[in-house]
Amino acid sequence: MATITTEGVRHVANLARLEFNDEETEQFTEQLARILDYIGTLNELETDEVPPTSHIHPHQVFIMGSQEGAAHVAKPDVVKPSYPREEVLANAPEAEEGYFGVPRVVDRSH
Amino acid sequence: MLYELTAHALHEKLKNQEITAVELAESVYARVDEVERHVKGYLTLTKDTALEQANRADTGFQKGDEMPPLAGIPIAIKDVICTKGVRTTCGSKILESFVPPYDATVMTKLYKQGVVMIGKTNMDEFAMGSSTENSAYQITHNPWNLDTIPGGSSGGSAAVVSADTAVCSLGSDTGGSIRQPAALCGVVGMKPTYGRVSRYGLVAFASSLDQIGPFTKDVTDCALLLNAICGSDVLDATSVDMSVPDFTQGLINDVKGLKIGVPKEYFTPALDTEIADCIHSAIAVLEGLGATVKEISLPHTEYAIATYYIIAPAEASANLARYDGVRYGYRHENPEDLINMYKRTRSEGFGEEVKRRIMLGTFALSAGYQDAYYKKAQKVRTLIKSDFDAAFEKVDVIATPTSPTPAFKIGERIADPLQMYLSDVMTTPASHAGLPGISVPCGFVKSGLPVGLQLLGAPFAEEKVLRVAYTFEQNTEHHRQKPQIQTNGVVS
Repeated sequence: MATITTEGVRHVANLARLEFNDEETEQFTEQLARILDYIGTLNELETDEVPPTSHIHPHQVFIMGSQEGAAHVAKPDVVKPSYPREEVLANAPEAEEGYFGVPRVVDRSH
Repeated sequence: MLYELTAHALHEKLKNQEITAVELAESVYARVDEVERHVKGYLTLTKDTALEQANRADTGFQKGDEMPPLAGIPIAIKDVICTKGVRTTCGSKILESFVPPYDATVMTKLYKQGVVMIGKTNMDEFAMGSSTENSAYQITHNPWNLDTIPGGSSGGSAAVVSADTAVCSLGSDTGGSIRQPAALCGVVGMKPTYGRVSRYGLVAFASSLDQIGPFTKDVTDCALLLNAICGSDVLDATSVDMSVPDFTQGLINDVKGLKIGVPKEYFTPALDTEIADCIHSAIAVLEGLGATVKEISLPHTEYAIATYYIIAPAEASANLARYDGVRYGYRHENPEDLINMYKRTRSEGFGEEVKRRIMLGTFALSAGYQDAYYKKAQKVRTLIKSDFDAAFEKVDVIATPTSPTPAFKIGERIADPLQMYLSDVMTTPASHAGLPGISVPCGFVKSGLPVGLQLLGAPFAEEKVLRVAYTFEQNTEHHRQKPQIQTNGVVS
């Protein structure tokens, strides 16, 4: 397994939509390198033939009520009322005319 | 005092109209006034609505209605569970002003029982941590020693039950966040089987691991809370479509004929020797009561932390992408553009540990690394689960320590993330396998801090776990001990 450099930390921060100053970048690089080094112990295990587990219950989708003990159940596809628009927008930092507001993303001059 | 009693004892008094739910709520709030400033377990108190809820319960009792076991019972809720109309922060600055427009399914179920919600409890930000020191708001103190941490991430929910500022509470457990603080605060805490409880309205951390569960003063109350919150839910596709037993059927004071496995890998040099002694004594008690005890091996135990710190951060990095300053929560005031708004909002709104885990998870899922990290961890997860599957062919329940150490000093591990991660070494293996696990009080170290015994069962075998826990409790006195909270030299 690879370790992580300050350049790598800057790249990952951009992917995660985070930004750090130089001091924070150094600190994260050092801490993440140490954690990744510890995680590297997993390489002691031979896992080529081992299937991955993403959820502990078997990955087969059932319609609710069709099978006792089924996990990953799909609900019947029926349209139901959602939460009132005003209540949902009440938590938004900026809302306008029933929509969430964001900084301008389209340049008007074009 | 009323606030000291268990839910099942209080239910009898409410039913017989010896007390009212309003008196009970007042008693709990009086206790809050007395000790909360030292414990700091609550982020939000909801006294006005609590008294209304108590009044409604009283109306039912006075009419002589058949009232559910939790009617009128004061409960605290971890601030990661959405409560309609009540601020839900997840211990994060980014959700400082978030008021959910809906209730989590567990809240709907509890309100149907007629509970009285006392308030929302402190936690590590987004449930990431083992000490509750990662809260953006306050540090919660362990009632047994105010200089020590209550454990985490559900440290507030554990501390308020321990301090008698709630009769019971709900927490959430991803890698041990119910069991570890329960052990450190000397209360009962249980993580049900993954899929037993709907996660609808539980703010997501690591979706393949997260599960809601109760903190209580004894095992009987634990069964009553499980009865209230378990069950499949159309709003959570990972909730399992399975009938829910009456968990009080598991409250059998008898372990004769049950086989209890003790995994040798949990008794490493890293385990505090006084804790090891407590656990061995507890296992001897169960053996004395007729259980068969046998040593077992769970060979991949030592890889559980490394596996956890890939899987949980990877899933968290995806789940926490939603905090972008658009739909709810904090937003940076003067961004240059949209991308800059996202970056500043997230960098200012999240605390250090949350950023560290988002970074770790984003790295583990980034191009070129996904197979080496996330997929590798998922494969090791299979090995850990297979260890448990094999063990449960031979034994009914597995007994281990819950935490390798008692509560540590505030500030002691905060500067060293890896050291903090290793606090979860006893609890993460069962999380990977989705198993039900309980921590019950099983003694004290010389300094007076409590020790927890962890009991694990096969998936959906909660009743067997409860049976062993109940038998242990009925034959010991540890759960009856109460902390003496030192308030300016005056003991409360």
